[in-house]
Amino acid sequence: MAIKDYLRQKFFPHMWCPGCGHGIVLNSMLRAVEELGFSKNEIVMVSGIGCSSRISGYVDFHSLHTLHGRALAFATGVKMSQPELNVIVPMGDGDALAIGGNHFIHAARRNIAMTAVVMNNRIYGMTGGQYSPLSGYGAIATTAPYTNIDHDFDIVELSKAAGATYVARTTTYHAQQMTKILKEAILHDGFSVVEVLTQCPTYFGRKNKLGSAADMMEYYKKNTTPIGSKAKAENPDLLERGVFVRKDLPEYCSEYDKVIETAMKGRS
Amino acid sequence: MKTVLEGSHAVSEAVRMARIQVMSAYPITPQTHIVEALSEYVAEGRMDARFICVESEHSAMAAVIGAASGGVRTFTATSSHGLALMHELLHWSSAARLPIVMAEVNRALGPGWNIWMDQTDSLAQRDTGWIQLYVEDAQEALDTTLQGFHLAESINLPVMVVLDAFFLSHTYEPVDLPEQADVDRFLPALKPRIRLDTRTPFAMSQMAPPGVYMEMRRDIQSAMERAPDHFARTEVAFEKVFGRRYGAVEAVACEDAEVILVMTGTAASTCRQVVEDLRSEGEKIGMLKLKMFRPFPVNAIRKLLGDARKVAVVDRNFSFGASGIFAQEIRAALCNHPNHPPVFGYIAGLGGRDITPDTLKEIYRMTRDTDHPQAESVWVGLTTEKESR
Ligand SMILES: Cc1ncc(C[n+]2csc(CCOP(=O)(O)OP(=O)(O)O)c2C)c(N)n1
Ligand code: SF4
Repeated sequence: MAIKDYLRQKFFPHMWCPGCGHGIVLNSMLRAVEELGFSKNEIVMVSGIGCSSRISGYVDFHSLHTLHGRALAFATGVKMSQPELNVIVPMGDGDALAIGGNHFIHAARRNIAMTAVVMNNRIYGMTGGQYSPLSGYGAIATTAPYTNIDHDFDIVELSKAAGATYVARTTTYHAQQMTKILKEAILHDGFSVVEVLTQCPTYFGRKNKLGSAADMMEYYKKNTTPIGSKAKAENPDLLERGVFVRKDLPEYCSEYDKVIETAMKGRS
Repeated sequence: MKTVLEGSHAVSEAVRMARIQVMSAYPITPQTHIVEALSEYVAEGRMDARFICVESEHSAMAAVIGAASGGVRTFTATSSHGLALMHELLHWSSAARLPIVMAEVNRALGPGWNIWMDQTDSLAQRDTGWIQLYVEDAQEALDTTLQGFHLAESINLPVMVVLDAFFLSHTYEPVDLPEQADVDRFLPALKPRIRLDTRTPFAMSQMAPPGVYMEMRRDIQSAMERAPDHFARTEVAFEKVFGRRYGAVEAVACEDAEVILVMTGTAASTCRQVVEDLRSEGEKIGMLKLKMFRPFPVNAIRKLLGDARKVAVVDRNFSFGASGIFAQEIRAALCNHPNHPPVFGYIAGLGGRDITPDTLKEIYRMTRDTDHPQAESVWVGLTTEKESR
C-alpha cells in the first residue's frame, strides 16, 4: 500500500507549525506500518490531547481521539476487547507523563501489548509553551520565565523500572532509525515504549534560544549517540539512542485468556 | 486608572492585587492566559506568592486545598475538562469550608473536541457547594474576582468566578484598574478561621459518622443561605471604595415588560442592545441578568419575575434528559409563587456558536407570539432540523 493511502487526506493541511517534529514522527510511523505490510484495519491509534495527539486525526486507521492523559487507559479497553488489533498510542510528554503518568506506569507494569510513542518536545506545545515534566532543570517556559526548578524524568529509566518489556529512544533527526525501532516495537508482544525527541521550534526552541527547527535537529545529531558507543565513553553527557530493553515476558491479554481457560476447566 | 485589558488578564490583575499567597494550576485553553500572567508576576517578584505548577487539575485543586488549610489566600483557574477532573476536590474544598477562589472559563466538554463557549462545564458542578458568580465583561471579571475573595472569606465557602470562553477571556476592553491601596482597603489580609497551627494542633477532614455528618451538611446550606446577604454587604463595601455595584441579579426595563429574557455572561451585553433596539420599536421587552447562580437567588427572582407576563430563559448549556439548566432553576424558583408566569426555555450558542442580536430578537418574538411553552426547551439556530439517531 502506498504511504499516502494511510493518510486521511481530508484533514490536511495539518495544524502543526512549520518545522514541528511531529510530522517527521508521522512520516516514520507510516513507513513502519507500510513496511510491516499492515492493512489500515489492523491498526488502532488511540491518542489523548496535545499537538502530538493530533497525529491520530491524520492517519486512516481506526482512531480514537480521547482525553488529555487518558489515552493508555482507553487503549487498554480497546486491546482487552479486541486483542487481535495492533494498538499504537502516540502521546506528548505532558500527555504521557504529567496528567497521564499514572496510566503510563501501570500499563507498563501489566505488560499489555501496545506501543506507546512518547513524542518528547519537553514542553506543552498545544497550550502555549508551559513547562512539562520533561522540560528539565534550568529550562525556560511560559510558566518558568526565569528558570525551571523541576527535575525531569528519564523516560527510558522510568519505563524500565515500571516494567516495560521493550524500551527505545530515538530522535526526529534519525528518521530511519525511528522507522526501524517502531517496526520492532509494533511487533513486540508486550508493552513497548518508544521515546522520540522531537522539536517544538515555536515554544521550546524559541524560549530556550535553540534556533530554527533545523538547528534543533542538528542538536539531536550532535548530542546523541548509539547505545554503548565509544563516543559515549569519551563524553558521558551524550544521550544514548537505540533499544535499551527487549525482553519476553508473559503478555497481559494472553495471560488473561489462560486465566479464563483455567476457570472454565475446559468448559466452553 | 483606565487601561485596555484582555478579559483573562482582568482576572490576573485582580488576583495580583488581592495579594494571594499560593496558587496552583494546570494549563488548559482558554484559561491559560490567566495563570500565565500570574506566573510571570510571581517570577518577576511583582507578587509575593508561590505558584505551584502541577501535573493535572486534580492536583492543582488538591495543592490549593492544602495551602488554604495552612491559612493563606489561594487561587486557581481552569476550564471544561480541567474542571470536570477537579470534581472530587470541589466537593472536598467546600465541605472543608475553605475560602478558595477559582476563575473558571466556560468551555464545551468533549467528545466532539471543542474549546469554545458553553456553560455546561460549570453548571454541572452546581451541587458541589461552590458559590458561582457569572460575569458579563472584563470590568465585571476583575471586580467579581476581588469580591469573590471578600465573600469567600466572610462565610468560608469557595467561590467560582465564571467567564465566557474567548468572547470574554480573549477579547480586549477598556477596564478601570484599581489602585493597590484601594484594593487593600476593600480586602484586608486574610484572617483565616481554619489554619494548621503547630501550637494548637488539630486533625482536619476526619471521619464523620452518621451522628454528625448531616449537621455538617446543614451548616454548609446555612452558609449558602446567608451568602446573598453577605454578597450584598460585599457589594456595599466594594461600592464604597470603587463606586461600582452589580447585584446578584440585575433587572433591565422589566417593570412593564411583556417578555423578560433571562441572560447570563457576555450574551447579557448583546441583550442590552436588543432591549434598547426593540424598545425603540415599541416592543415591551425586558432583561433579567443572572450573576449569582449558587446560591440561587430565589427571593430576588420571585420578586422580579413572579408577576411577569412571560419569562424566556436563554441557556447556553444543557442537562440531557431535562432542559436548559438556568430554565430548570428559574421554574423551580417560581413554582410556588401564586402568579407563576409561563417560563419558556431556549437553547442557543452551544459550543461557541454566536448568540447574535437576531438570535435574541427571534427568541423574543417566538415568546411574544406563543401563549404557552410548547416544549421544555426550543433549540434555536440549528442547521439541521432532522435529528440523526
Ligand atoms: C483535563 C485537561 N487538562 C488540560 C488540558 C489542556 N491541554 C491540552 S494539550 C495539553 C498539553 C500538551 O502537551 P504535550 O502532551 O506535551 O503535547 P504537545 O502539545 O507538546 O505535543 C494540555 C495541558 C486538557 N485538554 N484536558
Ligand atoms: S506548538 Fe510546538 S509542538 Fe505544537 S505544532 Fe507548534 S511546533 Fe509542534
